[in-house]
Amino acid sequence: MKFPTFSKGIHPSDHKEFTNTKSIEFMPLPNEVFIPVQQHIGAPDEPIVDRKDEVKTGQVIGRSDKYVSSPVHSPVTGKVKKINNFLHPMGSKVKMIQIQRTGEDDWELLKHPEDWESASIDDLRQLVWDAGIVGLGGAAFPTHVKLAPPEEKPIDSFILNGCECEPYLTSDHRAMVEMTDKILTGMSIIMKVLGVENGYIGIEDNKPDAVEAMNERVQNLNLDFKVMALETKYPQGAEKMLIMSVLDRKVPTGGLPMDVGTVVNNVGTAMAVAEAVTEGKPLVQRVVTITGDGISEPKNVLARIGTPLQSLVDFAGGLSEETAQVFMGGPMMGMALHDLSVPVIKASSGIICSTESRVKKMQSYPCIQCGACVDACPMNLVSTRLAKFSENKQIDAMEDYGIDSCVECGSCAFVCPSYIPLVQWIRVGKYRVNESRNKQAA
Amino acid sequence: MDVTALLISMGSMGGLGAMFSAGLSIANKKLHVDEDPRIEQVKNALPGANCGGCGFPGCAKFAGEVVLDDVEISDCTVATQSEIDEIAEIMGVEVEAAERKIARVMCQGGTYETAVKADYAGIESCLAANLMSGGDKLCEYGCLGFGECVDACQFGAMYMDDNGLPVVIEDKCNGCGNCVGACPRNVIEMHPESDKLFVLCKNFDDPKTSRQLCTKACIGCQICVRAVEDGQMYMEDNLAYVNYDQYGKEAKLPTDRCPTECLVVLDGNEEAAEPTAIQEKAA
Repeated sequence: MKFPTFSKGIHPSDHKEFTNTKSIEFMPLPNEVFIPVQQHIGAPDEPIVDRKDEVKTGQVIGRSDKYVSSPVHSPVTGKVKKINNFLHPMGSKVKMIQIQRTGEDDWELLKHPEDWESASIDDLRQLVWDAGIVGLGGAAFPTHVKLAPPEEKPIDSFILNGCECEPYLTSDHRAMVEMTDKILTGMSIIMKVLGVENGYIGIEDNKPDAVEAMNERVQNLNLDFKVMALETKYPQGAEKMLIMSVLDRKVPTGGLPMDVGTVVNNVGTAMAVAEAVTEGKPLVQRVVTITGDGISEPKNVLARIGTPLQSLVDFAGGLSEETAQVFMGGPMMGMALHDLSVPVIKASSGIICSTESRVKKMQSYPCIQCGACVDACPMNLVSTRLAKFSENKQIDAMEDYGIDSCVECGSCAFVCPSYIPLVQWIRVGKYRVNESRNKQAA
Repeated sequence: MDVTALLISMGSMGGLGAMFSAGLSIANKKLHVDEDPRIEQVKNALPGANCGGCGFPGCAKFAGEVVLDDVEISDCTVATQSEIDEIAEIMGVEVEAAERKIARVMCQGGTYETAVKADYAGIESCLAANLMSGGDKLCEYGCLGFGECVDACQFGAMYMDDNGLPVVIEDKCNGCGNCVGACPRNVIEMHPESDKLFVLCKNFDDPKTSRQLCTKACIGCQICVRAVEDGQMYMEDNLAYVNYDQYGKEAKLPTDRCPTECLVVLDGNEEAAEPTAIQEKAA
C-alpha cells in the first residue's frame, strides 16, 4: 500500500528497535534540578524567585511580560539553591535556577476549569500560556502564540504531528500507544481553541501499533479525527513536509503553516495541553527516550524538566565503556554533548548514546557536482551552492538561492558522498545573511 | 569583382562611423561632468590597499569623501605620515595625524594553556565553530584558534603561532581593523600605539572556573588593581581592566606579580627580534 508523502527526503535506518516496545517508565524524582530561564523561542524569562526561597512543584519561577514567551515552573518541591550560569545542552552557559528537592511533590496547580468543553476559548488559551507549554517536537515555540492566529488568516485544519521521523526516538510513539486518550483530549482542546473542524493525526507507517491505537480510540470516543499513516521518510515530521503529505498544501516561501490555514502541533504538546487543562499541571515533565548502543538499558522515561542527564543515564543503567558520543535530540538535528551535567529541557526529546563503531569521523572532499543533495532536499534548495556561497561570503547569492527556506533537516549532508558539512555551512551562511540585514537595518 | 560594391560598403561604413563618432564627441562635450581634480590626486596619494579600514568601500570612494564631504584624512589608518602630508597639501589643510593604532590579541589561551571539552570535527572556521556550541575549548570567551583574523588581514601582519594563537606583527599592522570584524568572539581590540600594558584575557567566569579553563586566564585576584594607584586599573565581572586615561602610557607595573601571567607589557620588539619560519613566510 502506498502511503501519502512529500517529495524528496531521505531514508535513514530508523534504529527504533532499541526502545519502541518499551513502556514509558516514571523516573524517580531527581534530588537536584537545573531550570534554564529560557526554554522557548522568544523573549527570555526573568527569575521571580530568590536564593533560599521555598518552591512547590508547579510554582512559577520565571516569567516574562512579552507575548512571545513562556513561563517556567519548578518541577520539584524544594529550595532554590542558586541562580547562576550553568552549562546548557546547546553548549554555552545560560542563566539557570538550581533547586534542591526537599521532599515529595506538593503540587501548586493552575486554576483550571471543571469542564473544559464549556470553558471560554480565551481562558483556555491563557491556561496554555500559564502552563508554560511550548512545542515539544524540538523547536520550543510558545504554543499559545500558535493557538492565536491572526484574524486575516483563517485556520481550517489542525494536524497532530505523530511522525517522529528522527531515527532512534520513540518518546512520541510510546506516548501515542500508552497515553492515547490524553493526547486526543489535548487535540480536542486545541481544536476548540482554534475553532477548527478538520483534525488529522499524521503518523509514520513504521509505528503500526500507534496508528492502530489512535484509530481504535478515535472510533471508541466517537471523534471526527482522521488518522493517517504516512510513508516512513525523513523529514516527514517537519511542519511543512507534514502539511504537504496530509493536506497536499504548499506553505509559501518564508510563510508559516497558518498561511495555508493549518496549525501543526506535536503529540507531546497535545498531551501537555490536556494535562494543563484537565488537571491544572503546568509543563514540568516530558517523555524522553534514552537509547543507542552505548547505554545499558535503553528506555523511555517520563522525566522532570531540569533533571541532569547524568541521573537519566544512571537510571538507564549507565553508559557502556565504548560510548564515544552522546547527543541530545535526534541524530539528524540534535546536538552532541560534552558534559552530562546539562539538564533535560522542554525541547529534549531524546538522548542517544553511540559507541565508537557508529560515530564516523569523516574528512570532507571537494564537491563532485553529483546533485545528491538536490535530490534529497525537501525544500528544493541547492545545498552545495549555498554552502559554497556561504564559504565565499556571497550574501546576495545566498538570499537569491533561498537560504531562508532551509529547515536544517540535514538530509543533504546525510547523502553527500564527499562528506561536506553542508548544514554547518548553511548555518554560517544564515548567520552572515542576518548579520548583513541587521547592519542594513541599523 | 565589382568595384562599386566595394566602394559602396566602404562609403556607407565610413559614413556611419563618422556619424557615430560625431555623436559621441558631442555627447562627451554635452554630458561632461566636472569632477574635482583633487579627487584623482588624493586617490593617487592614498596607499591604494582598498582595505576598508576607513569605513568606505575603497580608496577611490574615500578620496571622494575626503574632497567632497570633509571626511578626516586621518581616518585612513594605513597612510604614512608623508602620504597624509601630501593629501593635506592637496586639500590645503593642516592635518594632525591621529595616533597609530595596533591590533592586540586579548587572549593567551592557546593549545597548551586551555582545557579542551571535546573533539571538534566541523568546519575549520572560527565563526562556524562558535555557532556550533563554541568549538573545542572550554573557555567561552577566548580565541578559537582557526585563524579567521589572519585570513582577514590584507597586510600580512598576522600569523598563527605554533600554539594556535594569532600574533600581530606590530611593524606591519596598519590598524585597519579587519581582524577585529573577523573575530566572532571580539578577542581582538584596536589600541593606540602608546598603550603598552594589557590584561590579555576576556574571561568573565568566576575565579574557580576560569582557573580550570585556562592557565593564563585572569582569575580576578585583584593583585594588580591593589598594586597600582586608585583608578589606574579596575575590576569588573571578574576581569581586570587597565584605565588607559590614567595609566598604561608608560608601563611601570610589576607585571611579574600577576599569578597567571595575563597582565602583560607588549612592546612590539619581541616578535621582530626572532622571526619564526611562519612569520617569514607571511612576510
